[in-house]
Amino acid sequence: MNSRIRHYIDLITVLTQKEMKVRYKSTFFGYVWSIAHPLAFALVFFMAFKIVMRIQMEGYAVFLIAGLFPWQWLSNSVNASPMVFLGNASLIKKVSLPRHILPLATVLQDMIHFLLAIPVIVLFLFIYHKSPSFSWLYGIPLLLTIQLLMTYGLTLIISSLNLFIRDLERLTSIFMTLLFYFTPVIYPETMIPARYKALVLFLNPLSSLMISWRNLFLDGTLEISLVAVSFAYSLFVLMLGYKVYTRLAWKFAEVL
Amino acid sequence: MKEPIIVFDHVYKSYLLYKHITGGAKELLLHLPRVLRSIKNSRYEALKDMSFAIKKGEAFGIIGRNGAGKSTILGLIAGVLKPSRGSVMVKGKASALLELGAGFHPELTGRENILLNGIILGLTKAEVLKKLDEIIEFSELSEFIDQPIRVYSSGMLARLGFSVVAHLDPDVLLIDEILAVGDLDFQKRCIDKMMGFKKSGVTMVFVSHSMPDVKRICDRVVWIDDHIIKMTGIPDNVVSAYSQQ
Repeated sequence: MNSRIRHYIDLITVLTQKEMKVRYKSTFFGYVWSIAHPLAFALVFFMAFKIVMRIQMEGYAVFLIAGLFPWQWLSNSVNASPMVFLGNASLIKKVSLPRHILPLATVLQDMIHFLLAIPVIVLFLFIYHKSPSFSWLYGIPLLLTIQLLMTYGLTLIISSLNLFIRDLERLTSIFMTLLFYFTPVIYPETMIPARYKALVLFLNPLSSLMISWRNLFLDGTLEISLVAVSFAYSLFVLMLGYKVYTRLAWKFAEVL
Repeated sequence: MKEPIIVFDHVYKSYLLYKHITGGAKELLLHLPRVLRSIKNSRYEALKDMSFAIKKGEAFGIIGRNGAGKSTILGLIAGVLKPSRGSVMVKGKASALLELGAGFHPELTGRENILLNGIILGLTKAEVLKKLDEIIEFSELSEFIDQPIRVYSSGMLARLGFSVVAHLDPDVLLIDEILAVGDLDFQKRCIDKMMGFKKSGVTMVFVSHSMPDVKRICDRVVWIDDHIIKMTGIPDNVVSAYSQQ
């Protein structure tokens, strides 16, 4: 039993490492690329909303950064998920290994990139005369776990279903774009008109999590109710993902 | 007597032909009744009422024409497929060798791929690292081992893949048409290695189109034709019947 667990851990490690290595092989700037994307987004939104539309807000740049980095992790994983099983067809058809490890490796890899990008957030905090807070020590692991469960659940659902309905690949990217604008990432939740507020805040499973990340990074605060809601959502999504996966997994080798 | 380690008990395997579903959601939604009807009718029978038992330590050959269902049998033993009816019982750790170099990534070096492949095939990291030098030596690729494997020739890739497999520690080894690649010298060493496995009591299921290899390695051979067992017996008899058809 012990060696089974050992092997399981090794499998996750080696697959995650593979994704990391492959991502950076034969690139010159390596790590820079993983932060370039959210930074470029931040720049675009800063131009559009601060400079052109003149949003009334102090420190909009650091506000954007604090929300876009966690979002980037989620969206990278979810957007990659349609290809996770499809791109590993040879493994699924030829080797009997726990296939749910493949999407897990994708999500973990994006999580590590997010962790590596936290110094950039700190840099922006300093520029805006703020500083990291002690509450990060427990806040980051807590939100990290919630987002890991949530992202893994979503990835399991999409990667499994996409083997049977390949349209999902297109739908996923449209869905993620819509979801992005319906989540308070580039605007504060306080600016949402009152009658839509409940809708955006509580029907969208990602809002409470993204608001929590931003509050944690900017002010070092964690609101228990938001954390609880996002944790409940993440458990729900993970359970749904696991159900979809177990219902379909035995057919994977047949449809690839 | 030796106990059976793999037992097929009236195994049927049929595949749904998924072309209607993979046609996309639009097809599915617009023509739902028609699609459902055609799904029901478009089953493909890959194996019909197949029963056999493989004993521990036996080298069991499977021969037959392309599309007869040989790879489906290996898939069922490896556990990547489930039978539609009947049952498949496998005791112990089946190492699938359905394809050499499962999970190899072209951008990683030979060394990195050995680690990746070895762990995917069931070893722990510590076990692979312990055998790493031996594996590299067996592959005779030490010159290229730190190069990304996209620069390898297909023969070199097969050598790397087989070298990993040769150092696994399986109870059941599934071998699907792997001796066709690699040069003569390496093919000979593959056969030697498999004979070594056989001596040490590993059960082998061997799919091949090379009749001399089948005769040399196998203790018993089954001939699959048109998704059913046409003949089972000692290699000489089955192979000659197969060659004469």
